[in-house]
Amino acid sequence: MIRTPLRPLARILSARARGENPDSIERENIRLRQEKTRDRARARAEGRLLLLGIAFTIAFTVIGGRMGLLAATEPSEPRSAASGAQILAGRADLTDRNGRILATNLLTHSLYAQPKDMVDPARVARELARIFPDLDARLLLARFTDGRSFMWVRRTLSPEQMQAVHDIGDPGLLFGPREMRLYPNGRLAAHVLGGASFGTEGVHSAEVIGTAGIEKYLDAQLRDPALEGRPVALSLDLTVQATTQEVLEAGMKMMNAKGAAAILLDVHTGEILSLVSLPDFDPNDRPQALAKGDPADSPLFNRAVQGVYELGSTFKIFAAAQALDLGLLEPSSMVDADAPMVWGKHRIKEFENRNYGPLLSVRDVIVKSSNVGVANIALMIGAVRQQAFLKSLGFFGPTPVELVEAAGAKPLIPKRWAEIVTITASYGHGMSASPMHLAAAYAAIANGGKAVRPTLLRVDRPQDYPAVMSGDTAVKAIDMLRGVVTEGTASLGDVEGYQVGGKTGTADKPKATGGYYHDKVINTFASLFPASNPEYVLIVTLDEPVETTGPIPRRTAGWTAVPVAAEIIRRVAPLLGMRPTIEPAASGAVTLIRN
Amino acid sequence: MRPILYALSFLAVMGLAFWAYRENYATQNSLRNVEELQAEIATLREALAVQRAEWAYLNRPDRLRELSTINFDRLGLFPLEPTQFGQIGLVSYPVPPALAPDDTPDGTGTADRSGTLTGPDAPEPDSAKAEGNVNPQVEQVP
Repeated sequence: MIRTPLRPLARILSARARGENPDSIERENIRLRQEKTRDRARARAEGRLLLLGIAFTIAFTVIGGRMGLLAATEPSEPRSAASGAQILAGRADLTDRNGRILATNLLTHSLYAQPKDMVDPARVARELARIFPDLDARLLLARFTDGRSFMWVRRTLSPEQMQAVHDIGDPGLLFGPREMRLYPNGRLAAHVLGGASFGTEGVHSAEVIGTAGIEKYLDAQLRDPALEGRPVALSLDLTVQATTQEVLEAGMKMMNAKGAAAILLDVHTGEILSLVSLPDFDPNDRPQALAKGDPADSPLFNRAVQGVYELGSTFKIFAAAQALDLGLLEPSSMVDADAPMVWGKHRIKEFENRNYGPLLSVRDVIVKSSNVGVANIALMIGAVRQQAFLKSLGFFGPTPVELVEAAGAKPLIPKRWAEIVTITASYGHGMSASPMHLAAAYAAIANGGKAVRPTLLRVDRPQDYPAVMSGDTAVKAIDMLRGVVTEGTASLGDVEGYQVGGKTGTADKPKATGGYYHDKVINTFASLFPASNPEYVLIVTLDEPVETTGPIPRRTAGWTAVPVAAEIIRRVAPLLGMRPTIEPAASGAVTLIRN
Repeated sequence: MRPILYALSFLAVMGLAFWAYRENYATQNSLRNVEELQAEIATLREALAVQRAEWAYLNRPDRLRELSTINFDRLGLFPLEPTQFGQIGLVSYPVPPALAPDDTPDGTGTADRSGTLTGPDAPEPDSAKAEGNVNPQVEQVP
């Protein structure tokens, strides 16, 4: 580049000769030079801007194009980056505590039709109706020929059915792979598992979604691809569950009950080892919910969790335990048990109008199941403290069990806690709760006074729970419960070697129109074993049982629920690895407590 | 110097291009291989899931209960009961073998109660069976 001098000699000289100021030439040249520099800089800046603009345009075009491509194409799995478990990860399996399968997936096929590709719709309709007796050939033909281009025929097929459909050989019939939920144990633990069905369905796959029970409660977790289909271990024990179901079913038939429920709970961890509700159903073929009538009559109804009943005398131990815990009474203290007791316009009577009074020790109030005695204990405690105690045992809210139905089963608590409610609640009337509530509350007593959170998921170590009563109170309460079995209303509940303790409860069923039935009862036996160091709580509830071996039909829990519970304990305790032991002699600690 | 550099860089580009070409095909090959393997794994897993489901189905408690009832004559299985727990003290242990009079301190030969020689020199109990000397009370299962 030729650089023009700022003061070209020729022009300076000529300017001088003309008498002009030569500095103006220099200034002019400086101006020109600056202009040139400015123009160059602008050109360069513009060029850079253009380049940048082009670069951004290209970049955004590429990104946009890629996004469009991704949006428009069929999704596919990343080919190289799949780790082992992701290759075939469906809905996670459910297993029992020992890894035995309760729910798994099975690959089947669905059948769909593309009527426009059909060669002979009439023949296809006929053949399909022959293979699937529940399909109607005329209806099928009508749907094949009404101009639609797609329709589902069957959601799942057995291999035999699939072969038969194959043999029809029509190009308009097509199969799509389907992952189907399978419950290999049939009716076992049906109410826990609930069931599953298809959600969004496509030709190539379909969502499997839980429709009830733990399948629905854990739906998000079971379907979470990040967990790679790792099986979820429940707290149930398959063998124990099967045995409980077998015994309870036999007991229900023998006692002519229309329903039954049993819960077996580990008191240290809160794990539910067995949860049975009868009548039950097959989750592989979940029946429809009842369209009308009482939902409690449906086999889908989970009596153990959803069944909110007045649980009767099983509540008495809570009043007694609270009175001991507050230091108001000792097991040997005498309380007024003179029946009938008149309170306002109410008369509190004993079973069959007996009278255990005038005075009865607290222990005998529980052992003999005296309504009047426990009512007087409750009046000593007072409504506020009674409510607080029942609340700490979990009777005022739904149970935290991992079932979708549990949240809806709220106990029925009277809005106004009048003194008569204090009295009736002390013997389990006037407020209703589910057997699961009762199991959790009894587990709190059995666990040395620490409230237990029942769970259906396997817990590996004992949990630390808040204390609701002192350990000393719990020991005294357990001793009273043991007394009920050894000398009281639940004498049929004694199982040699397992020191069962428990409390019976017989509650008249409330009529829908108000008042109570006299020949329809709910019988409950809430038990814990072994009494010397409780490990398990068992609740057995029978709905409308009647024991007819004697001359008059018997409807008390001692004759119905108790023998069933005893048989369950006799069969289940060995399965839990419990060796029968000789009961420690009633000396030492127990004697001290009574004096 | 410069032409040599040009020639070298050209050769390097050619070499890299060749390497990239080969790598591309090798990668595609491996991907195909991986895909095949994954398909195989998926099939096997599916088969495994079916087997597991079938195993669970065949071992469902209802069926086992039925089978044990049907085969009661042969198996004689009862439900587990508390009475079936034994005391460890009630289990009879094998009687410790009495020392034979001619026993040597280094313990090469010991005799059991009936005087039969056991030890390294004793004949194998199975060999008796092989010779046809079978206890008639023992039923032989084919």
